[in-house]
Amino acid sequence: MLDEKQLQDAVLAYVKDEYVEDEEEAEELTPDTPLISGGIVDSFSMVSLKVFLEKRYQIQIPDADATPQSFDTVNKIVELVKRFKGE
Amino acid sequence: MAYSDKVREHYQKTIEEIREGGLFKEERFIHSPQAADIKVEYPEGAELASLINMCANNYLGLSSHPEVIKAAHEGLDSRGYGMSSVRFICGTQDIHRELQDKLTKFLGTEDTVLFPSCMDANAGVFEAILGEEDVIIADRLVHASLIDGIRLCKAQYDSFKHMNMDHLEQKLEMHQDKRIRLVVTDGVFSMDGDFAPLDKMVELCERYDSMILLDDSHATGFIGKTGKGTHEHFGVVGKIDVITTTLGKALGGASGGCVSGRAEIVEMCKQRARPYLFSNTMPPVIVAAASRVMDIISQTTERRDKLEQNTKYFREKMTEAGFDIRPGETPIVPVMLYNAQLSQDIAHDLYAEGIYVIGFFYPVVPQGQARIRCQLSAAHDKEHLDKAIAAFKKIGAKHGILGLKKKEIIEKYGL
Repeated sequence: MLDEKQLQDAVLAYVKDEYVEDEEEAEELTPDTPLISGGIVDSFSMVSLKVFLEKRYQIQIPDADATPQSFDTVNKIVELVKRFKGE
Repeated sequence: MAYSDKVREHYQKTIEEIREGGLFKEERFIHSPQAADIKVEYPEGAELASLINMCANNYLGLSSHPEVIKAAHEGLDSRGYGMSSVRFICGTQDIHRELQDKLTKFLGTEDTVLFPSCMDANAGVFEAILGEEDVIIADRLVHASLIDGIRLCKAQYDSFKHMNMDHLEQKLEMHQDKRIRLVVTDGVFSMDGDFAPLDKMVELCERYDSMILLDDSHATGFIGKTGKGTHEHFGVVGKIDVITTTLGKALGGASGGCVSGRAEIVEMCKQRARPYLFSNTMPPVIVAAASRVMDIISQTTERRDKLEQNTKYFREKMTEAGFDIRPGETPIVPVMLYNAQLSQDIAHDLYAEGIYVIGFFYPVVPQGQARIRCQLSAAHDKEHLDKAIAAFKKIGAKHGILGLKKKEIIEKYGL
């Protein structure tokens, strides 16, 4: 069973470390900040996020589900991981 | 009749959405050759305006150079207009080989193959040299044509934060299990005008057994002591495995591009790159003129030296005037305005003052980083630059932004 808070923290930490350039911007990032539509993560760079999730949580996210919409906020990503974990 | 009303409405709606989103691109009709002084019809049907062009990629001022035009005429007379063939069937003339050899010598590589454009070179090179066992690690701000080429290739893809060498090192370490690693970067990034730290990148690539690909389209001909490009600027000539570059900017500005680098890479492109295999040859008239351009820039650094002086002068004066200029050394000079509407308004006002510049905003640049991108040219004389600076000062004062830094401009105009 995944701890939702831990999952949210891990995804948020990864997004900050991987995509955000300056500290001020990192501090402002919340689980509901639009990542792709907000221009923080471009849809092409999303690939590394998908690989991270698949490795860390041992899941397979089919390309059809790895859409910019389903990756647009940390909370949406958390939902996606839970879905593919069968939870 | 497949183009039904429903289909038409779909496209009309999409175009309207582009317009409403403020992303609609309009053409302005230039009634003169490309140069520092141009005559422009805008909007359509309007009287011609005489403008100083500050937004062309005509870095060396060779687009309408008399010797280049003469060479184009000679090429047309001696080798004809079209080849009606791709390169490997019956589309390769002696002058194609000659131009490739000149580019190889100039760039300091092993071999070169021409493409119809650098967009095509970038579209074709990745698929030609990499497979699914390999990985591409690209800077996050590389040019759209590289992204398109990467998408067409089966290799795995990863990226690193813009010019962040620690992040690149992490990625190189992470991908040690792949067959081939290829790091991809622009030499000069087209929107910010900043240099990729090529010396450090080469060092990392050597340490982690990775190839490196450089798109030097905004550098070839004028960056580095003799204008070879970013690799010359950083002292790594001969260490870049693949260079892609264009003949559509500094090198005469017509069209054409190339892949230059390790002999095997060039050969793989000739065997497998689809834009080389399935698209027409560069036409003789352009090849002949580009060949003359290579002679001009190989004989003297006069033009790149003038461009360097122009760049220095313009950057200094604009900074003194109180504009928020992104620091750097390249002839791409971003005047930072942050607010998209402000960038449009200032570009519009400058047009009325006889200065042709364009405001760039999201999605061409990241959100909240709207700017006017000025591009210097060796075709500019001091008078052109002084006129442009005076107009910028006048319009900057009108909008009350002189002397304001990022935070203050955002406070005044919002994002």
